[in-house]
Amino acid sequence: MDMNEIKEIFFQECEEQLAELESGLLKLNDGDRDPETVNAVFRAVHSIKGGAGAFGLDDLVSFAHVFETTLDCVRSGKLEPGPDVLKVMLKSADVLADLVSASRDGGSVDESRSRGLVKELEALANGELPSSSGAEAPRAASKPAARAAPVPEEALKPTDESGFQPIPFTFDGFGEDEEPALEGSVYDVTFKPRRELYSKGNEAALLLRDLSRLGEMSIACDMDALPALDKMDPEASYFAWKISVKTTRSEDDIRAVFEFAEWDCDLEVRLAEETPSDEEQPMIPVPFDLSILDGASEAEEEDKAVEQAAAEEAAAAAVSAAETAASVAKAAGAAARAAEKKESAASAAAAAAAAQNNAAAASAGQTIRVDLDRVDRLINLVGELVINQAMLSQSVIENDTTGTSSINMGLEELQQLTREIQDSVMAIRAQPVKPVFQRMSRIVREVADMVGKQIRLITEGENTEVDKTVIDKLAEPLTHMIRNAVDHGIETPEKREAAGKNPEGTVRLSAKHRSGRILIELADDGAGINRERVRQKAIDNDLIAADANLSDDEIDNLIFMPGFSTADKISDISGRGVGMDVVKRSIQALGGRISISSRPGQGSTFTMSLPLTLAVLDGMVVTVAGQTLVVPLTAIVETLQPEASAIHSFGANQRLISIRNSFCPLVDVGRILNFRNTQANPVDGVALLVESEGGGQRALMVDAIQGQRQVVIKSLEANYTHVPGIAAATILGDGRVALILDVDAVVAASRGQSLRPEMALKPEMSLAATG
Amino acid sequence: MKKKVLTVDDSRTIRNMLLVTLNNAGFETIQAEDGVEGLEVLEDANPDVIVTDINMPRLDGFGFIEGVRRNEKYRAVPILVLTTESDQEKKNRARQAGATGWIVKPFDPAKLIDAIERVTA
Repeated sequence: MDMNEIKEIFFQECEEQLAELESGLLKLNDGDRDPETVNAVFRAVHSIKGGAGAFGLDDLVSFAHVFETTLDCVRSGKLEPGPDVLKVMLKSADVLADLVSASRDGGSVDESRSRGLVKELEALANGELPSSSGAEAPRAASKPAARAAPVPEEALKPTDESGFQPIPFTFDGFGEDEEPALEGSVYDVTFKPRRELYSKGNEAALLLRDLSRLGEMSIACDMDALPALDKMDPEASYFAWKISVKTTRSEDDIRAVFEFAEWDCDLEVRLAEETPSDEEQPMIPVPFDLSILDGASEAEEEDKAVEQAAAEEAAAAAVSAAETAASVAKAAGAAARAAEKKESAASAAAAAAAAQNNAAAASAGQTIRVDLDRVDRLINLVGELVINQAMLSQSVIENDTTGTSSINMGLEELQQLTREIQDSVMAIRAQPVKPVFQRMSRIVREVADMVGKQIRLITEGENTEVDKTVIDKLAEPLTHMIRNAVDHGIETPEKREAAGKNPEGTVRLSAKHRSGRILIELADDGAGINRERVRQKAIDNDLIAADANLSDDEIDNLIFMPGFSTADKISDISGRGVGMDVVKRSIQALGGRISISSRPGQGSTFTMSLPLTLAVLDGMVVTVAGQTLVVPLTAIVETLQPEASAIHSFGANQRLISIRNSFCPLVDVGRILNFRNTQANPVDGVALLVESEGGGQRALMVDAIQGQRQVVIKSLEANYTHVPGIAAATILGDGRVALILDVDAVVAASRGQSLRPEMALKPEMSLAATG
Repeated sequence: MKKKVLTVDDSRTIRNMLLVTLNNAGFETIQAEDGVEGLEVLEDANPDVIVTDINMPRLDGFGFIEGVRRNEKYRAVPILVLTTESDQEKKNRARQAGATGWIVKPFDPAKLIDAIERVTA
């Protein structure tokens, strides 16, 4: 793995952290005061900052830093996360996301925006609430945050002077002037560790080793404090060292050696007298020998101190005694480990391997990341497997009507397994809609800000899972609809107040599973569709005749017509030349449907119904006018054989069927699809009772039912564009192509919105026998 | 004998950097994602030195260090705190919990290796 790959991981992780950040902030916005929520938010920003620092992404680091500082105030309770505070934070999260994408893709960020937010964040951290704040201001302002937001660069450097308490120590100097030093000065260092130094895993010998690397060093150990063995506390610290270092380095460099230990020792560093007198020597100066440190000798070979070292026994004993005494625990641990190892010497290799495996398993976590292409290839193959299995079953049935039970049983098992493999593979691609929903909350914030409206986005069912392809393709139409809802749907606060509504508008985005599909609803509590205006606009644009007699529902659905825009003036938010017709088309391309229901003064609801997967479907294979069609099983409520007495004529050419004392419109599929011109006799066929999106039931007339089967969906759109009434096609077990019926389109067509007549299927145009 | 380093960090990015840096420097690396997992793998990992982050879910770096120090067998293992926290207060807390030393982020391979060398024989 190289740095570029790690950077890729970093950006992936950023996406996750940003999602975490936003959902946490939204939770706080909803009044969640769980400390863990605040912590998670803090960690998200912290993590981004940490990674960004490693890659030198300075813009990202500095913004994340200010953001983090403010979040820390929230975490420590110095800043109350009220609505105004959270507004700034949510905006900051957006800017952070922009900075992340700019770092990744090299784009630019609106600098004035990020600078403005930095100021706002710093103000918050300093205990100032945003200027727009209301009642909360005095309370929060009365407890100003202790910490100033901007931490200067210097603070990032490890300078730890504060904890240091020098202990005066006098001695008359030691360390002979062997040769005149080339450059540099001699420092006298006294170092007396306390027991805490050892208990924190530091080691006097290692510190002395590091010190020796600075230059020539001689060392003396003061063992005066060492008590008799029976009085000795094995974990106490009894030794002190006096060191003389000749180095070209500064005093700070010497202190830096003791950086980790300085609070747990008495340390004095000072420049030695010009000519140290060697008349009096209270200690024996010894050259410091590093060979006592296991494994260190190699690294130190070039060190002068080592080379001249003639390892005096006393010094060695002194230092090693210190080491041993102070780290008895360590030694005991090592001994225990050694004993263990001996015990299991025979299986040592196996044990080691097992330990490694355990560790690896533990650190690998519960998820793996797989290239999407691999999953897609797998899904395609499974699709082929399903078709193949179906064909195999078919040919066995055709060729061996007697059917030995073992073959049949084997086939059944194969079918079951195929089905399970397919479900499992599909589950790999299933993802919660959460990421898309989260993106929407940002769009609501930004658009609401732009148009000066107060809008709250409520999301429901974020964990509803659906195929990743569907999720990916959902973002764009959803974004457009959200923009519309905020820009056109919700009224201005003044208008809302005048209408006796809460000045804050609500947009509700929800997802749920319903009968094998995912249902996504986008509802606003705005003014609803202005039918007068829609109608007028449609007439102006020659979309409908001036005297057309349209139901409310039909008027509402006019907004899906190409080139339709209702806004009085085209705003820069939703008026980008993309109309609801484009939304409708992209939803249809996903095998989905969209409809609108609206109530004047109370808002509009867009309902999208999408397939969970774009790959397979359970269908009922039926015959209509000699053609084989597949009806999605999820749509079918029941099937029945109509009796003549149950059929009633209604109006010019409508018929109803009475089922258990209720009437249900009868839809002749063959006629709707223009497979034939005359009405079929219902008594000769079968009625499929279907439930359509609107909730109403219809009876679809087909000629015969062939069976029930799982089919692999093959899109028609790439070759034939969208075919009204037809959702897709499939290949049946016998190799024939069958069309998959779009039940809702057929039902809608039966209500008068006729399918395009030019799509009429000529009987001689056979769909059969491609394979 | 390769020295064993146990790293504890919740960030995938940092974990990967640690892994690459330590492996390149000839260390054997065992990784955990948070303090709880760190304590879980401690026995099997049997590390010569531990590198841990502070801000982590479930159990943070302070708690993890305390946990290690309570373990008879590992209470003298050097622990380096790898963190962006630069203020004295955080370092104090880490030290009180029993940290041996620290490495201030931004992550720098040379600093990391240097710090590890400083606390291990």
